[in-house]
Amino acid sequence: MKGEILIKNAKLVDGRGEHGQADVLIGEGRILSLSGGEASTVLDATGKVLSPGFFDPHAHLREPGQEVKEDLQSGLAAAVRGGYTDVVSMPNTTPVVDSAEIVRALKEKAARLGRARLHPAAALTQGQEGKVLSEARLLREAGAVMLTDDGRTNEDAGVLAQGLQYAASWGLLVSVHAEDAGLRRGGVMNEGAVSFRLGLPGNTGYAEAARIARDLEILRYVMEGPGARGLQPGRSLLHIQHLSTRRGLELLRQAKQAGLPVSTEVGPHHLTLTDEHLESLNPIYKVAPPLRTQADVEALMEGLLDGSIDCIGTDHAPHTQDEKELDMLRAPFGIPNIEVCWPLLYTELVGKRGFPLPTLIERFTDGPRRLLGFSPVHLIEGGEASLVLWSPGEERPVEPHTFASKAKYSPWAGWVLRGWPSVTLVEGCIVYLQQENR
Amino acid sequence: MSQSATPAFPKHLLDFRDWNRTQVESLLETAQMMQEVLSRPVKKVPALTGFTVATVFFEPSTRTRLSFELAARRISADVVSFASATSSTTKGETYKDTLRTLDQMGIDAYILRVDAAGVCHQAYAWLQKPIINAGDGWRAHPTQALLDAFTLREKLGSLEGKKVAIVGDILHSRVARSNAELLPMLGASVVACGPATLLPGSLPGASLTTDLRAALAEADAVMVLRLQKERMDKGLLPSLPEYVAGYQITEERLQWAAPRAPLLHPGPMNRDVELEGTLADSPRSLVERQVANGQAVRMAVLYHLLVGKKG
Repeated sequence: MKGEILIKNAKLVDGRGEHGQADVLIGEGRILSLSGGEASTVLDATGKVLSPGFFDPHAHLREPGQEVKEDLQSGLAAAVRGGYTDVVSMPNTTPVVDSAEIVRALKEKAARLGRARLHPAAALTQGQEGKVLSEARLLREAGAVMLTDDGRTNEDAGVLAQGLQYAASWGLLVSVHAEDAGLRRGGVMNEGAVSFRLGLPGNTGYAEAARIARDLEILRYVMEGPGARGLQPGRSLLHIQHLSTRRGLELLRQAKQAGLPVSTEVGPHHLTLTDEHLESLNPIYKVAPPLRTQADVEALMEGLLDGSIDCIGTDHAPHTQDEKELDMLRAPFGIPNIEVCWPLLYTELVGKRGFPLPTLIERFTDGPRRLLGFSPVHLIEGGEASLVLWSPGEERPVEPHTFASKAKYSPWAGWVLRGWPSVTLVEGCIVYLQQENR
Repeated sequence: MSQSATPAFPKHLLDFRDWNRTQVESLLETAQMMQEVLSRPVKKVPALTGFTVATVFFEPSTRTRLSFELAARRISADVVSFASATSSTTKGETYKDTLRTLDQMGIDAYILRVDAAGVCHQAYAWLQKPIINAGDGWRAHPTQALLDAFTLREKLGSLEGKKVAIVGDILHSRVARSNAELLPMLGASVVACGPATLLPGSLPGASLTTDLRAALAEADAVMVLRLQKERMDKGLLPSLPEYVAGYQITEERLQWAAPRAPLLHPGPMNRDVELEGTLADSPRSLVERQVANGQAVRMAVLYHLLVGKKG
């Protein structure tokens, strides 16, 4: 049967739990059978785990305009190597993604590349200038899944309120970089004992919490205040990006308990690194929001476990080597991580801390899909065959020079990780196959 | 200058993280010998003959650069200097390119001043040559701390059990950070004092207070830091008169300290801002002595990093 794929002896784990071993027959973009069959391509998955493909709600692919850092080809190739079948790209490019034409062009190019599926986020305001709302309906029609001025913060509370109202009426999630610019004071790392010792300008975690508190009040106004327009979203309306602090999490937890339609994500670096890593004075660790303290890491871990944090977003943010070799004040913020996110968190959270595997998979798959209104991918007959096969037993160090991303550096270089993806399929097509003799 | 007595020294002076008390004391002893050289009619010894030292200053400085250059020449090193005060955003690339270019010219040691913490560490990683930090951002200025310690020991005998008060803009001061690292290593206690907006949340090696009287109480020495007026633009200070009213070191306030406690200042001074102008010229002031000692200390540092390391 031409074009069909049989994955033999795979252990099945999705966001709902572990489902034992099966021979998975794939065809027509779907899972045809969980009890084998004949196929032209047979993959031996002995010792490997089959899961739904990962969905990244937050990546910087730099196209258009900054292709020297990354482009769709390298970025989406990196994504599938990381087990991602779907990627939301951020709009802070040059030009800014704020028109239907650009969204359409990005979607078409990504489709031609045939790697991970691209879901562009578009700017909440035209040019990301924080003044005039962008054309949500036209952007939605072109394929945008989210509106955000990421890369900048929404200073004008009124514009954010209007943006939430308008985006919601077209079914679009609004995602925000929550950080009070004044309180941040140009900090380049977390404000605390380490920044005081190193003499580097600090960015207090309270800058994040203060802005989250403001944004939650704006959301409350939109939902309940005199400004309410009868919105009844079935899902999150306001999404807080790359949460980094314990206090920010507490505020979000309370808001969720109060029923506000808010969601959040956490990045792999905020779960595995702290500001102590900045002791090396290496700008490779410079990221926004900054790496926080171990207490914050522990809180985020709890939030991820109890569902207060909805999903993992990589915030994959590649830069050139030259830029990252600038000093701590001038080097740009950002860490490339889409290729290592899954093995990193599998190793550090599941392997070392006993984090439940299905829960972690949920945060990589159903969690982000749910926020954006996509159907979940489950390992059931008839389910969509957008999947990742990964190896819990194979240990391998992070080797940045092998990255498909153009950014060939990593704060985790040399860390020995397990769980490396070996095959990624999008709608039944193999988009990544690890070379066995690497 | 016996080399056999020299303990194994770090190959750089980026800060004091890799230095211990024995190494620092050995360095200060060498500085004492260098001071003797400086008292001779011919102030030159051949210790670094054949070595080439570069002063690379990406941040403007006259006093420190001259002090280092003279120090190097007095021990017979050849000196080249590079100064750039550009503020281009690609300055970091310039750091690497400049240093790598210089390195093709046979430089043996680099004296580096930059406006950003960490560049000296990067430079050491790039070049693997002796790097002397002549000030990196707010973080460290180790030769200033060494010359302060040297000057204090000269005056007080030993630093053991002594209390040193540092007053002024602690938050942005590399001098305060380096002194808080070094002086406790030599047995002193450090209290850092300034308005709350100019204090960090913590400073290893020092206790912090906004109360000037408490800081000066029984202090065996008072180190005054320069106040930069641009801090007012950033909203950290309401005005200079406000600062003067609360924190200026005056004759009267100096009475709170131990009798005859000396006064230090890394310079350049804003007379009548951080301290009363007349105090700067009083017998209590060690400001000129600090400058003179700076040369001897820097001679010792260069000697230890370039020649002493063979010992």
